[in-house]
Formats: sequence, structure tokens, C-alpha cells
Amino acid sequence: MKLGRDIDLPFSVALAAAVAIALVLAAAFAPLLSPFDPTDIATYNLADSELPPRWTLDGDPRFLLGTDNQGRDLYSAILYGARVSIGIGAASVLTAALFGITLGLVAGYFGGAIDAAIMRVGDVIMSFPTILLALLVAGLARGLIPQASSAAWTPVILIAAIAIHEWVQYARTVRAATMVETAKDYVKAARVIGLPPTRIMLRHILPNVMGPVLVIATINLAAAVLTEATLSFLGVGMPPTYPSLGTLIRIGNEFVFSGIWWIATFPALALIVLVLAVNVVGDWLRDRFNPKLRGRE
Amino acid sequence: MAGLLLSRLLQAALVMIAVTAVAFAMFRFVGDPVRAMAREDSTPQERAELAQALGLDQPVPVQYARFVGRVARGDFGISYRNQRPVTTLIAERLPATLELVFAATLLALGLGIPLGVMCAIRPDGAAARLVQSISLIGISTPTFVTGIALILFFAVTLRWLPSFGRGDIVDLGFWTTGYLTGSGLRSLVLPSITLALYQLTLIMRLVRSEMIDALSSDYIRFARARGLPKSRIHYVLALRNALMPVITVTGLQIGSLVAFAIVTETVFQWPGMGLLFIQAVSFVDIPVMAAYLMFVGALFVVLNTAVDLVYAIVDPRLRKAKG
Amino acid sequence: MKLNRHLPVLAVALTALLPAVAGAQTLRWSSQGDIATMDPYAHTESFTSNVQHHVYDPLVRRNRELKIEPALATSWSIVAPDRWRFVLRRGVVFHDGSPFSADDVVASVERLLDPTARARGNLANVVKAEKVDDFTVDFVLKGPYPLLLNDLSGIFIMSKRWMEANNALKPGNITTGTTTYASTNANGTGPFKLESYRPDQATIMTANDKWWDKPEHNLTRIEFRPIKSDATRVAALLSGEIDMMAPAPLQDLARISAAPGFKVIEEPSLRLIFLGLNFRPELQGQPGVPNPLLKQPVRQALWHAIDLDTLHRRVMRGKSRSVATIVAPPVPGYSAELDKPVGFEPDKAKKMLADAGYPNGFKVKLDCSNDRYINDEQTCVAVAAMWTRIGVQVDLKTESRATYFPKVDRGETDIYMLGWATLPPMDGFSALSALITTRKDGFGGNNPNGYSNPAIDELTRKAAVELDEPKRLAQMVEAFKIARNDVAFLPLHQQPVAWAMKNAVDVPQFADEYVRLWFARMK
Repeated sequence: MKLGRDIDLPFSVALAAAVAIALVLAAAFAPLLSPFDPTDIATYNLADSELPPRWTLDGDPRFLLGTDNQGRDLYSAILYGARVSIGIGAASVLTAALFGITLGLVAGYFGGAIDAAIMRVGDVIMSFPTILLALLVAGLARGLIPQASSAAWTPVILIAAIAIHEWVQYARTVRAATMVETAKDYVKAARVIGLPPTRIMLRHILPNVMGPVLVIATINLAAAVLTEATLSFLGVGMPPTYPSLGTLIRIGNEFVFSGIWWIATFPALALIVLVLAVNVVGDWLRDRFNPKLRGRE
Repeated sequence: MAGLLLSRLLQAALVMIAVTAVAFAMFRFVGDPVRAMAREDSTPQERAELAQALGLDQPVPVQYARFVGRVARGDFGISYRNQRPVTTLIAERLPATLELVFAATLLALGLGIPLGVMCAIRPDGAAARLVQSISLIGISTPTFVTGIALILFFAVTLRWLPSFGRGDIVDLGFWTTGYLTGSGLRSLVLPSITLALYQLTLIMRLVRSEMIDALSSDYIRFARARGLPKSRIHYVLALRNALMPVITVTGLQIGSLVAFAIVTETVFQWPGMGLLFIQAVSFVDIPVMAAYLMFVGALFVVLNTAVDLVYAIVDPRLRKAKG
Repeated sequence: MKLNRHLPVLAVALTALLPAVAGAQTLRWSSQGDIATMDPYAHTESFTSNVQHHVYDPLVRRNRELKIEPALATSWSIVAPDRWRFVLRRGVVFHDGSPFSADDVVASVERLLDPTARARGNLANVVKAEKVDDFTVDFVLKGPYPLLLNDLSGIFIMSKRWMEANNALKPGNITTGTTTYASTNANGTGPFKLESYRPDQATIMTANDKWWDKPEHNLTRIEFRPIKSDATRVAALLSGEIDMMAPAPLQDLARISAAPGFKVIEEPSLRLIFLGLNFRPELQGQPGVPNPLLKQPVRQALWHAIDLDTLHRRVMRGKSRSVATIVAPPVPGYSAELDKPVGFEPDKAKKMLADAGYPNGFKVKLDCSNDRYINDEQTCVAVAAMWTRIGVQVDLKTESRATYFPKVDRGETDIYMLGWATLPPMDGFSALSALITTRKDGFGGNNPNGYSNPAIDELTRKAAVELDEPKRLAQMVEAFKIARNDVAFLPLHQQPVAWAMKNAVDVPQFADEYVRLWFARMK
């Protein structure tokens, strides 16, 4: 964790970071920035449906980016949609990191059968691509929990569906780092004087592995947002009454060839810009931490 | 070596057990096959008879045991949706997916390696920066958006290329191929580009970083000092060293491509296994979903195990580390 | 050296490389889904029957006006209330060249009535068919039954000799996975011969030049390719890869008809969309409290709160027809008098709710499919918004048909969307017996949420055996009237059938959504 003064931040990375932060803030304060609340079903007015963006010939001054097929303001829907997408992405990254770090610490510190068990489960999970596993979890949840596709439950399931695959990466990295640290004298000494394992892990080992974890988390955030969008596009994601960017694209896709291009285009642009910005930052972080990561493996 | 082999096989078995359990659990509890298959106006009695005929009135453990028993015999049952043996269906769909994956892989390697080399030789050149930027946009764009955009532009607007399906295919008995007809090849273009894009970026970046490592190694410096021609240094000496990890990753990624083809096949209505899977999901076609899952699981296990073993043979140091 | 073995393969490959001989008379068309099987008795899907109808003929068929006319049977008479006599057409041959006779009809009926046949319910009132002579057959019924011809129009006749030769005398069944030779092969007497059937990819047919009827079509070949995604299907039409799509998505109609060289044809479908209601003591949406929907004024208020006109103009793009009943106009049992929608009066609706004791509304669940009916999800979101405005708190959930219909069937819904087209009989009795008759004795198969009215039940049982047509119609209309006054359901609209095609294609459209390519002509 040496983020010293002598870091030269390339312009593109600075720009990307600014864009990412701006998008996250816009999403966080969506209720303040949006002229309408797209999740309040009572405000939908079919009479306003499928209006093109404001600057076009048939545009309506009330709707900057036009409206969707329910008469919902697309600009508001995108802000709220970004909120949902980022929220689900960040929550799944946090969940995965939390589980991954904990399991990685435990596996690396104790070794033996616990280590083997955790890492084998991880191997099995890594045998599947994220998208297939996520489809499975989403499907399974729908079958087991009758309320699974309601607006309240879907985010939880999506978070679980994405996190179930991603935690393994954290666990592997943290485990490797933990093994290195555990072998060092100061940890051995701490063990001898009888410090509790949780204290050793949290105080002495954890700070040393946070750098690589941060890199993985940034890159995973972009991937998680994309996975959520794909699930929503395939129809197992957020419902239309509480749309994510992926849901908006799914809805818009039905209108792409009918000349109603804006419903799919603007959410898709928002999604690409968001993911791109996060990826640029993640890439840069990875390049900086790469030597360190390699050294640990 | 025997120990490694044994642990690998054990792990493979573990994966497959987990897969069958999940496959069965998901497909037993999601939706209601009876109601999905019966028409809307069927009588309750008709539906009860149906459930019995499907064995759905048995206790769940019995159903699972029967399921595993059948799978072990290579019998994946009969598709609820189009009443044909699942093994036949998969065999029919396999060529479509594999031809798509193969074309995408070729495309990714064919473009990814030269671009990666280019970026490594002049990492700060304008071309390299451009390629790097485009590649970042590439991995940031969801597959379905790329696919829809390609259809909109090349099929609907320009009418240059087909928007769906495999075109005319040639049936060779054991295999159906689109590689032998004009329309088959044309149909392949848009879906394989869509599927290859992510892969291409991955390979390009990998080649770039491996090449940069290789170029800074001692023997390349030595070769330079000896005055060997540049092209020979770049494309023979350095690239040869960079290619091993590329081939490994490409091999491992074939499994991912098969799974990622779900999205591409949905957008392009490509009659492969991914489309079969998504259609099966919406019809709660249990046997097909289970078989697909187990197929992908098995594919991953085989690829992973093979790569691990090859590595162990090639690189003796790993035998101890991984065993 | 081993070249010989590969020569056939090479030849196939080379032939395929040559441009396909696609004359103007090849019609390439696409729909959302594929047929389930080629076996006529192994399924109960109307689309599968539709495609099979090109290969197989029934004894009686629907003409251009959807009226029943002779096909393989030339005339019929009622010998006794439970015995109908059919005279068969002479000189008909199957696609394999073998002649058609009474034996084929008897064998077909026997195969259909086999206990393992999935479609045996389509001929539920028939006991057996008896051969009188080579071209006369008697159908023995369980009792007086007014709808035998309607049923027979959907029963395809197979060749006895072909079934024997291919070990297909026993029927297949798509739900139990039983397959026979007939599942993937076909030998009918119909206007087209099956050339190849590759599930989910393509079904190819060629014209039958020995068809017994004078062909009105000028096709030589039909290629059917299913394309599930609406957007992809539209792209395929616009890029010239298919000649016709049925159905075409409503939102794309304007774009397609504006494109040079393409046209759109539309017609009202028989399928009516309505919302079913929960008549149990408690709602799923608010357990522990008496069900507000049990009060007729509450149901009436919900009806008044739906802006059918806006739904029609916006969601259905002016292509639907707002309705107030559950049977479409051409279907026996329809009454124009019952089909006048109640007005959109949100203020009155609010007042009715207040008078009924719900000034602050109540909580209710609304469940809908999102892949079954035209713009179903959009319709439900709009209805939920309209109800929210009169103070009813709607918990909306939309899902795929695969999970949606089981849930409706288990009665786990408060308000749910359902479409009904009275198919296959094309008679109001289908709606009467399945939708609004109490679930008992095989009636009420799609009345899962406890609607029960003894007067309707009695009328249903009378109409079931009434051979006097005017009397039967009056009984059905009376029952629908009671249901409407009860507000047993909330009718929304009649779906349109919309097809899109190249200008060169000329094909008539039908309210039952059947694609009848034996009437198609291509320029």
C-alpha cells in the first residue's frame, strides 16, 4: 500500500476516475437529480409513451432523453437504473470480498483440511463461467422462493448469483498472501505469546493483503455490472417496474428495429461509459500492483 | 505424478457430483413441468396423469437417485419440449456451437496475437494506444449490445450479411457444417465477431504483457547485441516464449466461450446448445437443462485437468508445487 | 486411396455450394416457436396442428370464412343421437401413393383414442369409429353432442398401411416423451408433402401435385424456420432472409409497412384478454382480512378504473378492440349486447370503493405473464398504474409463462391475466365450461380461484347436450350475461393477428391465427 506522492496519474485515468465518480454520485443522488420517480407506478402515463428525445422534431420539453414504452422519463429511468446497477455491482463485490477475504485468511492461516475444503469448493465453482452459474442461482432462487422475482428480492438474488463466483479470486489471493505472512517470524512470535488468531489475522495479516484485494475489487465491479446487465437482458434480472440499465436495454431491444431507437441506446451508452470508466481505473491499478501480485503467487 | 493424477481425477469427480446435484435440484424445483407442457385449458385430471407419467409424484430423493442412475448410463432422458432424446438433441446442436466457438477462437487468435505483438513492440506508439483504447471499450461493452448493433448495421441497414441462423448447412451424417456453403460462411460472420470480441481483447493483452516481459529478458538483449534481425527477434524468439501462456488461456477459455455463446446464440438465433439451453429454461425442459449443465461441467473438467497435466509434464517444477 | 468413401460427402458438399434453386414459388416463413412434433395425436398445441394441417387433412375443414366444409368426408348425417354417419371422398391418395379408405379413418380414430395419446381429449365424446363399407364410417358417441364437427375439423387422418409398416399404430405423446416413426415423419393426404423436419431449425415441405382438391396456391416449396426473438425476426424479414413472419410484433408494424417492398396485414384474433379475480375468503396481497373482491361493487370499481381506450391506443397501438365479454364476435355464443365496455370513470370508481368500505383502497397482487400474449407485461404495468391512481395498492409481478401458468392454476394469485380463444372447437362452450363454471366434474379447468354461480353451472350442463342450436346459443349467452353482471372477470381487449411479408406474398388471414398456406400465392 504505497500510494506515495510520486505517482503520475495519466490524464485518461484521471478522466475515467472523474467520470466514474460523477456517475456514482449521480446514481446515489438520483432522487434529487431526476425530474420523475420512475419506480412510482402511479406517475406512469401511457399518453406520454415513446416520445423521442427533447432535441428531435417530436420531442417533448419535459423529457430530455425521451420516454419509454410506459411513458416513463428515460433520463430519470437511467439515473435510477444506474443506481440499481451500481448498487447491485458494488454489493456483490463487497459480499464476494468479505467472504473471500475471510475464507482466504482462514484457509491460509490454519491450512490442512480446512484449507483443502475451502479451496476445493472454490475450484469447483471456478469450473463454471460466471454467467452460467449466475443463471443457475437466479433460476434456483426463483423456484425455491416464491417471491424471488419481486422487486424487493431480485437484487438480493442477483447479488448472491454474482458473488458466488467472484469470492474465489479473493480467497485465492488472500490465502497465498496469508501463507507468506504466517511463515514470518513476527506472526510466529505472536502465536507463541498466545494472541488470538482473529487478532493476528485482522491486525497483522489483513493490512498486507489489502492492495491486491482493491485491484481485484475494482476490476470485478466492472465485471459485476456487466453480469447483472446480461442477466437482466436474458430476463432473469430486475423487473420492469424497478429497472436496472440491463432491464432498460431489454425493453428497448424490442423497439430497436421500429425506429424507436432511444429506449435501448441511452441506457446502453450509460452502461458502456460506466463500465469503461471503472475498467480504465482498474487497469491502471492492476498495472501498478501487478509486480506485487506476481511476487506473491 | 500418480498422486497428481489421482487428486485431479478426484476433483473432477467432485465437480461432476456437485453439478448433477445442482442440475437436479434446480430443475426439480423451478417451475412446474406439468403445467408448462399441458395446454392452458387442460383439466386437473389430465395434469395429474401427466405428473405421474413423468415420475414427478415420487419422493424427491427417489427422483434424484433415478436421475443419477440414468445419467450414469448416458441416458439424459427425453426432452419435454420436442420429445426427442436429449443426447440426440445435444449431438445435433453441438456442431453449431463448436463451429461458432472455433471461428471465434480463430478470429481472436488471428487478430489478437499480431495486435498484441504490435502493442508490445511500440507500447507508446499511436497505433498501440488506439488499439489499447478500443480493446478497453471492447471489454466494457456487453455482448448483447455488440450483437444488436452489428445486426442493425450490417443486416438491416446495409443488408450485407444474414441476421440469424446458420444459413445452408451440409449434413455429413455425424456432423452438420456451415463451413462448406457460401450462405453458411456469411451467416457465421456476425455471430463469431460478437463472440470473439471479448476473447480477442484478452489474448491481445496477454500477448502484449508476455511479449514485454520476454523482450526485456536477457537472451533477447543478447540476441539484439549479436545483431539478429528485428523481425526474427520479435516474431520468432520473443513470440515463441510468449505463446505458451496464450495457448493455455485459449484452451481454458474454450469452455467459457461455449457458455458465453448463450448470449450470442440468443441474439442471433444461432441453433446451438446455448439457444437450446435458453429455450429449455423458458419451457422448464428439465432433461435438456440438466444435460447442458453437465456437458459444460464436463467440458471444463476435461479442459482444466488436461491443461494442468500438460503443464505438469512440461514444467517439472510444478509437479511438486501443485501435487 | 480412400477417396471413394469420401466421394458422396464431397458431392453433397459441392451441390450445396451451388446456389439453391429458390424459385419465386418458395415461401420462407417464420414464427416465434417451432412445432412440437409431426405426430398429430401426440400434442394439443394449436400452432403444431396448424403446421401439420399442411401435410394432413381432416374429415371436415374450415374454409376461407372459417365455416366447416367437407374435406376427406363429403357428407354426413345423424343416424341416431349417439351415432353420426360420414361418407368418405373417393380417389384420394396418401403421399406415399396408397389409396385412402374407411380403414384409415377407423385406424386413425383408434390411435387417437388410445389411453396414451396426448390429444385424446380432442375427441372426448367419441367412443369409436365403425367401418360400414369402404367409403362409409359411423362415429359412435357417448351421448347427444352438438360439437362433433368442430372437433373433427382438428383431427387429421393418417394412413393405416403406413402406420403398420412403420410400427406407428400406437400414438406418441410429447409429455411422456413417447416417440414413434410418425413423430419425425409424415404421410398425409394434404396439399404439401413433408420433405424434412429438423426441430428448432427448419421444416421443409413441397407441393403435393396429387392432392385431391384443386390447389388455390401456386407454391412449390415451403421453408419454415422458427425465430424466437421478435427483434431478430423483424431483422430477418427486412434483410430479406424470410418472406413472411406470423405473428409480427405490433411495435414494428409501422416500420415494416413503411419499408419498400413489405406489407403488413391485420385482423382481429379470436383471442380475448381478460383479468381473472380471486373469489376466496382472503386475498394473497393482504391475508387475515376479508377479501374485498368478494363485493361486486369493488370489482365494478376496478373495471371502471381501467382506461381501455388508452390501452387500445398506446399499448396495443390501435390494433386491438376493447371488449366486455370473453367470447369473440365470430364465435357461437357471442352477443354484441354484452360486448359494450363500461366507461372509464375513475372518480366513480373511487366513490364506489369508498361506499364499499375502502376509502383508502386495499392491497392486491397482480400477476401477469411476460412472454405469452401481445404486450402482456406492458398491459399489466399500465393497469397497475391506473389502479394505483384510485388508491388501490398493486403488487405487480410479471414472469415467464413456464412459472406463471402453474401459479395461476394453483390459485396463488389475486388478479391474473388470461387469454382465451375458444380453440380448438371455436365455440363459446369452451369459455363457458372452462372459465366460469365451478371447478367440478371436469368443468372449470381454468377457473382456479373459486368463482361459482349455480345458475351458470346449470346452464353449462344443459348446453353440453343441447342439439337444438338456437336453444344452445341462448343458454350460453344467458350464462355469459350472468357472469358479466357478476363482474366475474375484467375483460380488456381482443388481440389482433398481425403478419408481415414481402409484397410478393399474398395470403389470407384468419381469426384463429392459423397460417393456411394452401391459400397462399406468390408473384
